[in-house]
Amino acid sequence: MSGDTKMLHMVNKSPFEKTALSSCLRIAESGSAILLFEDAVYAALQNTSVANEIVNCLKNLQVYILGPDLAARGMSNKPIIDGVKTIDYDGFVDLVAEYDAVHSWL
Amino acid sequence: MAEEYEDEFDGPIKRFLFVNRKAPYGSIYALESLEVVLISAAFDQDISLVFMDDGVYQIAKDQDTEAINMKNFSRTYRALDGYDVEKLYVEKESLEARGLKEEDLLVDVEVLNSKQLGKLMNAQDVVITS
Amino acid sequence: MKFGILVNEGPFTHQSSDSAYQFANAAIKKGHEITRVFFYHDGVNNSNKLSEPQSDDRNLVQLWSEMAEKNGVELIVCVAAALRRGIKDEILAPGFQISGLGQLIEAGIEADRLVVFGD
Repeated sequence: MSGDTKMLHMVNKSPFEKTALSSCLRIAESGSAILLFEDAVYAALQNTSVANEIVNCLKNLQVYILGPDLAARGMSNKPIIDGVKTIDYDGFVDLVAEYDAVHSWL
Repeated sequence: MAEEYEDEFDGPIKRFLFVNRKAPYGSIYALESLEVVLISAAFDQDISLVFMDDGVYQIAKDQDTEAINMKNFSRTYRALDGYDVEKLYVEKESLEARGLKEEDLLVDVEVLNSKQLGKLMNAQDVVITS
Repeated sequence: MKFGILVNEGPFTHQSSDSAYQFANAAIKKGHEITRVFFYHDGVNNSNKLSEPQSDDRNLVQLWSEMAEKNGVELIVCVAAALRRGIKDEILAPGFQISGLGQLIEAGIEADRLVVFGD
């Protein structure tokens, strides 16, 4: 089996609370995708102290954010970083199917 | 490679990765994750363990839990190779950030930098984290 | 596609169980198969039939039981983790079964994808 797995990284904790996102960004390989959901959705907003990290990783990775979690937290009207794609639970399922394996950063 | 014995498990072999990012004792994840690894050994899969971030503390030497009244399960990591779980990896950056060296660890590991670890972690079929 | 799911946290305290449930629900509606939902660590508390959330709030334990009943989804609670937390046969909600960690590994082997929800 080749090492060409396309990995979907799932991050669910706020980057201001835990190091899951920063560790994920350190490890994720080019061609992978990151799904930000639950409290991690804050990482996709513009004008935060972590915004640059997301902007940088978009050069090599796809970044998705779970819309329902953004809405729940009252952030739907705030601008999210250009290039981050908003999906719902259906999209979440499609993403898991599209990528070869899933790594949840807990 | 010649088969020296008949495999009891007759099915596909997947690459299982167990990722450890949390310190021991402050929460149960280190212990319960180790319990999964021990069981997984019976299924003849291709198993790797990664210790990164605070997970490196799980395999620190000299753990003495008597005064906190908790079970010291650190010796179990040394028993892993008896279960044919031999691929243990530690992230170099995580060790350095914590002022630790390989000799501070109680089990033989391969130390990889983030880039090398990324490559390894990317090439897995099933990633179990806690 | 066949999905296996691992739920590491109990209901309400973390969003993990909700996220896992919403994911499983969406997957079933799209015609995928959930081969097994395995509950580990505090996730075993999702099986407690004594859970009584406020009447205007979702009842996660019940939602999982209903998913098992309507869609034949297997809900497995790890025996060792359950015993530690006082989850025993007598308080299991319908659709949940207590079994060993081997079921988690098997789920990883048999499913096309294993998705982990936790803290």
